[in-house]
Amino acid sequence: MSIFSRTQRGPAILGIIIAVFLLIFLIFPVLKVIYVAFQDPDTGALTLVNFSDFFSASLFRESFYNSFYVASASVVIATLFAVPLAYFTTRFNFSGAVLIQTLGIVPLIMPPFVGAVAMKLLFGTNGSFNLLFDEWFGINVPFMEGLNGVILVESIHYFPFILINLSAALNNIDRAMEESAQNLGSNGMRLFRRIVFPLAMPGYVAGAALVFIKVFDDLGTPLLLDVNKMLAPQAYLRISSIGISDPMGYVISVILIGFSLFALWTSTLAMRGRDYSTVQKGGGGLAKRDLRPWEKVGCYAVVIFILLLVLSPHVGLLLLSFGTVWSFSVLPDAYTVAHYTQMIASSGQFITNTLLYAGLAALFDVVIGTAIAYIVWRTGLPGRKWLDYMATGALAVPGVVIGIGYLRSFNDINLPWVDGSAASWWFVIVIALAIRRLPYALRACVAAIQQVSVMLEEAAENLGATKQRTVWRITVPLMTGGILAGFVTSFATASVELSATIMLVARESDAPLAFGIYEFMQSASGRGPGAALGVIAVVIVTLATYVSHRIIERGKQQQSSDHAIKEEA
Amino acid sequence: MGNAIEAAGIVIENLSLAFGATEVLKGVNLKIEPGEFFAFLGPSGSGKSTLLRSIAGFGPTPKGRILIGGNDIAGLPPWSRDVGMVFQSYALWPHMTVSQNVAFGLEERKVARPEINDRVSDALALVGLSDFAGRRPSQLSGGQQQRVALARTIVVRPKVLLLDEPLSNLDANLRTQMRREILALQRKLHLTTIFVTHDQEEANTMAERMAVLDQGVIQQVGAPMELYDNPENTFVAGFLGTANIFEGKIEKKGKALAFHSRSGMKLPLVSGAAGPAHIIIRPQNIKLSAPGKKPAGAKAIEGTVMEMEFLGETIRYEIALGTKESLLVDTSHHQNQKHFSAGDKVGVDIDAGRIITITK
Repeated sequence: MSIFSRTQRGPAILGIIIAVFLLIFLIFPVLKVIYVAFQDPDTGALTLVNFSDFFSASLFRESFYNSFYVASASVVIATLFAVPLAYFTTRFNFSGAVLIQTLGIVPLIMPPFVGAVAMKLLFGTNGSFNLLFDEWFGINVPFMEGLNGVILVESIHYFPFILINLSAALNNIDRAMEESAQNLGSNGMRLFRRIVFPLAMPGYVAGAALVFIKVFDDLGTPLLLDVNKMLAPQAYLRISSIGISDPMGYVISVILIGFSLFALWTSTLAMRGRDYSTVQKGGGGLAKRDLRPWEKVGCYAVVIFILLLVLSPHVGLLLLSFGTVWSFSVLPDAYTVAHYTQMIASSGQFITNTLLYAGLAALFDVVIGTAIAYIVWRTGLPGRKWLDYMATGALAVPGVVIGIGYLRSFNDINLPWVDGSAASWWFVIVIALAIRRLPYALRACVAAIQQVSVMLEEAAENLGATKQRTVWRITVPLMTGGILAGFVTSFATASVELSATIMLVARESDAPLAFGIYEFMQSASGRGPGAALGVIAVVIVTLATYVSHRIIERGKQQQSSDHAIKEEA
Repeated sequence: MGNAIEAAGIVIENLSLAFGATEVLKGVNLKIEPGEFFAFLGPSGSGKSTLLRSIAGFGPTPKGRILIGGNDIAGLPPWSRDVGMVFQSYALWPHMTVSQNVAFGLEERKVARPEINDRVSDALALVGLSDFAGRRPSQLSGGQQQRVALARTIVVRPKVLLLDEPLSNLDANLRTQMRREILALQRKLHLTTIFVTHDQEEANTMAERMAVLDQGVIQQVGAPMELYDNPENTFVAGFLGTANIFEGKIEKKGKALAFHSRSGMKLPLVSGAAGPAHIIIRPQNIKLSAPGKKPAGAKAIEGTVMEMEFLGETIRYEIALGTKESLLVDTSHHQNQKHFSAGDKVGVDIDAGRIITITK
């Protein structure tokens, strides 16, 4: 330990512990998956034969093509939703800020698979809308037919990622950028093409890359819509039906990781060196203008249409959870709370498991996140950036891959207190959730520590507080808001995670909510209680998200009131 | 805070410090007397803040020695140095009240609670903030925050007080007031104090002695007036006040000494050694007279007014001499007094006894 000075020994030990944790539970399983993909299943030699097997099987070629098509089409549809909304709210005096905020949390509140079945009842061949269309116009629109269904559900859920990023990019363009272009003789489409569009592009690309990868990796939605000829479902089905020795699941994992990395790379490439937050003192977004009355009507019509579409899975889920029988009819026949009582009686453990797993995972995340943030930003330890890179790297690892990696890596390990292999222990689910949500918590903690001026810590040291005492009395208390926000985000998203969980749940008594919903939705009779469970999930996540919003808002207000007083003085 | 602290002197020996490949301090040597009010003055990037921070133990570990009261503290971590520092932005902790901020250092020193309470209220009384003990820093004005920062530092009775640009975040009126308060406090506590500033007026009015820094090197040390009147090099001369600086050589012919600039300007000198030299003429040591009128000194040079700047108490002229040189000349301004305008021919009379010569 002599390479570290006395004051750095504590952080160094902590950093090594975290690094070991990440190596065991993130790097090793992923490398294992990649290694197995290149290994001959019989001889164990390194080979490309698995990949040639993969691409010579028409089923896999089709799955690959379908996944790519669905992800691309979802980006296109999501763009169609997002662009008008972003444009309206940034260019016109239009009460859109609230709307954007509300829409922004939708993908967090409910993952697409929860509402997928409800969407089928609303938009399917025999769903509410097609029944109406058939009655009125005699047509049937295949909204939910095969891949269409996946595209519709995914793009409705994930378009806010584009909306938020694009709006932020547009809002960050200083009015002076536009005005100086006008001053130099540019206007109309030329102004948009040469100034506004290039400045907003990085934001759009970042959002679009996120949508692409979320859809490409998603397992729950295609499974629930019974679309199996896609990559993630194929990986899951091969592993769960044939077993963990089947190489195809690993090949698919490698392809999923490859595309994730590609999407992340595209998005960082788009953002690199283009910190276009050009707003300077006294500036503030592009010039906004008032709408003429008929324009206002048009805008509101588009916005309300999109809003209804976005809320349709939630509405459908609610109807499904309270409806008695809902089949071949526009609305359920009658309403009841029986599904809720049935669900609570049979599946209370889903809820308690979820609170336990997501709570523990979020706790690990903020502890690790705070430690990494401190080590990276407050110490000069060699290699400290790698902790950040490793933890953030989890973003590029799809849930399916984590699931397969854990099964493969920990299957042969036996723990004395676990009945079965280590991979079947419920705590492994907690670790998987913690690893998957760590990047979000880490970003929140990093943002929090960056807002703590180093001088506040130096002042404490100057008055006699050691590094450790300073962390406890100054740094962590000042980071509280960010840490809490990170906790809630991790908690909310972990509590509806399905793709890693579905592979790691060994017995039903260990299963969390998301798995419960999936199980219920498999049978027609389980749909009601499944929807009730989905509503519970939405409520839990909504509450958590609301709390985190409040915490963040309060933090902002405190900061702005600090500023106000300073300027008065 | 009645019991005065035994003031400690500071000795800095051969202190060098680099951020990576950039040398910020290049062998600083300095001796500061116990109880002295000392200033580090220099332009931004001169190393003055780095020097102050290295005394407090922040930043990269420097080479060399820092002795406080005879003990080398260069190897100690910041929390063991007992060196009180007031930060430029005050660095008050926003999650603690005023009294919690002030009590912090005493708590870290494991002082008993009753004594903490007494010393905190004494310190707050000393800076006139007794009524603000329960407030949050964000509820205070800039001047009040500054006072809390002072109270927080002196309450632990440090051996040395360091002030980093203490007045830079205050507006002009408050600055004069805080200047006096800090000075009064320092005299009362008899605390060895170093403060960093880029503002020569601040250094002149507050410091007993000061060190002028440039490019990581101490250029000169001394009392403010001494440095102003007898700068050892052109940097100090130019940085402290306004100066006309000319390069050339001093020639001695018999008993007559004269300075010859490169372009041929010739000025008689009273003292100096022959050889290459710089001369420095303060603008207020030059008199202007209307052409034709015989000025007081007989040897007036001819010049032309290029610019006239009205500064309030003074008028500053830029005078072009026949020899390509130009001079800044300050004349005091009195109500409704006639002044010269651009283009006017004037007689320029330089007080030879007040020309500073630098022969390095």
